[in-house]
Amino acid sequence: MSYNIIERSDVPLTKEDFASDQMVKWCPGCGSHAILASLENVFPKIGYKRENFCVISGIGCASRFPYYVNTFGFHGIHGRATPIATGVRVSNRHLSVWVTAGDGDLMAIGGNHFIHTIRRNVDLNILLFNNQIYGLTKGQYSPTTPFGQITKTSPYGTIEKPFAVGKLVLAAQGSFFARALDNNPKLMVDVMFEAAKHDGTSVIEILQNCVIFNDGAHKEIADRTTAADKQLILKHGEPMIFGKDRNKGIRLGAKGLEVVTIGENNITEKDLLVHDMTQEDSGIHNMLVDMKLPHYPMAFGVIRSVPSPTYDELLEDQIKSAQKNSPIKCVDDLLNSGDTWEI
Amino acid sequence: MTKGKIEVIEKDSVVVKFAGDCGDGMQLSGTLFSDTSAMSGNDLSTFPDYPAEIRAPHNTVAGVSGYQVHIGKEIHTIGDKCDVLVAMNPASLKANLHVVKMGGTIIVDVDTFVPKAFEKAGCNVNPLEDASLSSYNVIKAPISSAAKQIALDNGLELRDADRSKNMYALGMVAFIFDRDLTLLSNQIAAKFKKNVKISDVNIAVLKAGYIYAESIEAVESRFHIPTAKLEKGRYRNISGNIATAWGLLAASERSGRPLFLGSYPITPATDILVELAKHKSLNARVMQCEDEIAGICSSIGASYAGSMAVTSTSGPGLSLKSEAIGLAVMTELPVVIVDVQRGGPSTGLPTKSEQADLLQVLYGRNGACPCIVVAATSPSDCFESAYMAAKLSMEHMTPTILMTDGYIGQGSELFRIPKVADMPSITPPIAEKNDPNYKPYRRDDKTLARKWAIPGTQGLEHRVGGLEKSDVFGAVSTDPNNHEKMVYFRNEKVQRVADYLPNQEVIGDESGDLLVVSWGGTKGQTYVAVKELQKQGKKVSLAHFKYIMPLPKNTADIFAKFKKIVVCELNDGQFADYLRIVYPKFVYHKYNKIKGIPFTTVELVNAFNQYLKEE
Repeated sequence: MSYNIIERSDVPLTKEDFASDQMVKWCPGCGSHAILASLENVFPKIGYKRENFCVISGIGCASRFPYYVNTFGFHGIHGRATPIATGVRVSNRHLSVWVTAGDGDLMAIGGNHFIHTIRRNVDLNILLFNNQIYGLTKGQYSPTTPFGQITKTSPYGTIEKPFAVGKLVLAAQGSFFARALDNNPKLMVDVMFEAAKHDGTSVIEILQNCVIFNDGAHKEIADRTTAADKQLILKHGEPMIFGKDRNKGIRLGAKGLEVVTIGENNITEKDLLVHDMTQEDSGIHNMLVDMKLPHYPMAFGVIRSVPSPTYDELLEDQIKSAQKNSPIKCVDDLLNSGDTWEI
Repeated sequence: MTKGKIEVIEKDSVVVKFAGDCGDGMQLSGTLFSDTSAMSGNDLSTFPDYPAEIRAPHNTVAGVSGYQVHIGKEIHTIGDKCDVLVAMNPASLKANLHVVKMGGTIIVDVDTFVPKAFEKAGCNVNPLEDASLSSYNVIKAPISSAAKQIALDNGLELRDADRSKNMYALGMVAFIFDRDLTLLSNQIAAKFKKNVKISDVNIAVLKAGYIYAESIEAVESRFHIPTAKLEKGRYRNISGNIATAWGLLAASERSGRPLFLGSYPITPATDILVELAKHKSLNARVMQCEDEIAGICSSIGASYAGSMAVTSTSGPGLSLKSEAIGLAVMTELPVVIVDVQRGGPSTGLPTKSEQADLLQVLYGRNGACPCIVVAATSPSDCFESAYMAAKLSMEHMTPTILMTDGYIGQGSELFRIPKVADMPSITPPIAEKNDPNYKPYRRDDKTLARKWAIPGTQGLEHRVGGLEKSDVFGAVSTDPNNHEKMVYFRNEKVQRVADYLPNQEVIGDESGDLLVVSWGGTKGQTYVAVKELQKQGKKVSLAHFKYIMPLPKNTADIFAKFKKIVVCELNDGQFADYLRIVYPKFVYHKYNKIKGIPFTTVELVNAFNQYLKEE
């Protein structure tokens, strides 16, 4: 729907049209630079008029984002990007609303808003920059920091189990979840485009590197030289194949997902799972989200994209129906409704 | 006295209280009585008085629910004490005896005065049999049994037969006050229109109560209450919370900005959320959020996107919203924050009323963070106050806090229905498409308001946020001089709202011995007390404040003309403290009450007389 109701630009826009005049102040080498470039690339591709994009954030390194994009932008307060964005979208369905936030912002202080936004399925696109650390406050552990990691506030190692973003999204009945990496701009642009097309809350978890406080957190997965063996890039309707020789795949076994090798034990491509991002039952999506090294590759791309009515659309429908059916058409009607009398 | 010779007493006003167990239907009896009285031409004020528990233990004092109605010729308060109390069980008698006037009438449901019940109410002996009620005219009526029999005779099941007893009591009260039975029956029929059988039973029970009161000799007198001399027009009865919701809807319609409410249920403000949720036909977009913070943050987002944004709450919720109010002040966006005050701190007295949020409203945020503050003065005034709060917020581009309280929010009174077209216009400073001069923080010369540049408008792309911004251009700025300048701008913008406010009114002479100062929801009581003293020839006047931040420009001039100033409020002196900051040259005496209940006229008259005596 969104994709059809938001007004498109008459003239083709370019990446440069979306660059603001502000100096970008992230650390050199920060993953945010690549995410910004991807967003500036995907906006012209989506094709809406520039004034119909709205970028909203909370607090944290990721939250400086709106200042760097030449659209309407709102830099909110810690954890509250999603309710602010919800208010924008519910007020005006002709806007394409994007939330940029870190793992501390969305998983800790904004955790409650995050799950409720998802369960309502407000039509927002949420980019969750997951660097597994608090960057702006200089290196405290976050709700996604791996168990046992030593940080400034966990000098003896964390004793908290981290949140798995995707599992949280699915548990909150999320209709869209994708995963991307800050060192793979093409994948980022692809999933951002899919998110824009999806009606409802789209969450994209971007594994991001913080060069200063958590350098190499995703190195094992992200390293380009071994990526083919460590990453399963999902494509809707295609069998789940990965590996540098494209001979490894994912099969559904009796106890869950299994990594198999094509050509061994009579396994052919036909034995592999074919990715269906539109499957309403989230069972397989949950298993895909949960795949971790070293036993599995990590899943990337659009893992789930299921049609589901959006909050803003349902609200609009109720308003239209009430406007058609209610005898109260204006406030004067309301004031004079019920028991009134003349003196 | 014998039947037919009951004395009729003319009274300017009477106070009736219906009290019973939670679930006895006292709120309904009270509402029907007040609505009928209003339709018969009486002025009125009502107040529901109910426990915080939904169903506290049966027959206990904790479980008593009441509804007080004050009707008459000219009414400003719910009345200090009752002329008639209806007590449906021993607990409700015990809980309310202290509010009955000496010599007043008490109607009790005698069927409920059994040992188990009066013991549960904490009485050792049956209060109907000891001397405790000797100063009152007690009418012992078989309310439960009579109502039950009628219900059974009309074919109701045994389990439902008990539920009409409130109508029997209402029928008795209707006889005493000569209420029109047809009017009452029509009201009941409308209320139960979905179930004709129940409606018929209730009407039959109502009539039986009326006839019973007429036939027994216990009713010593009937009252005749003269009708009110009101300005011509169309009237209705309205509670403060409904009036608040409707005032906001009117402001939305008049400004052309769709209403957005982000809110979270909290006593005693929930009615505003419930009411606005009904009005989707008026394009009210209402979200019940996951918490108070999401309530205001979604409102800020909606305001940014061009809606007339509102969030409604009570004290504890306001505390949670503090940081976000700062964001709205910083981004200079209009948001109306409604605070229906209750007793605090913390969870405090959720169902009782207080005015103790004032300092939080004025100062409870980090940094220099001024908001416009408007305090509604009565249930019906909530309409105009909400309208003005929205108008000021949108025209001056800054959040406005509307203060009401549990007492006026849930209380009701007559409301002269205005026409929306007659309300003052609302013209927010909306930026035009492709305005070459648009800059996010360029200000209007007079109001200092920045422009409202709504997303989706071509050529106005810009960024706002909680970080300090450079003057005019709105880039992130930590420049020391710029910060100081912006702090002054935000403050001056709010101060300049005074240029657009009406002068403060003085009720009574413009000079005198004593100026009574009050604000917000206490107007009814201070007004009646001051009028009473004026009648006695005392040189007392009243300045009741509705605009709190900024204060009206003539405030100091008024204060200067009185020998003494006493500030009355339902807290420990917060408005007096505020006045000391703004106008330090005056001496402010304080009269305070922090009991969760309104002032009484008697206590105010006594207190003011004391101030007049003391040199």
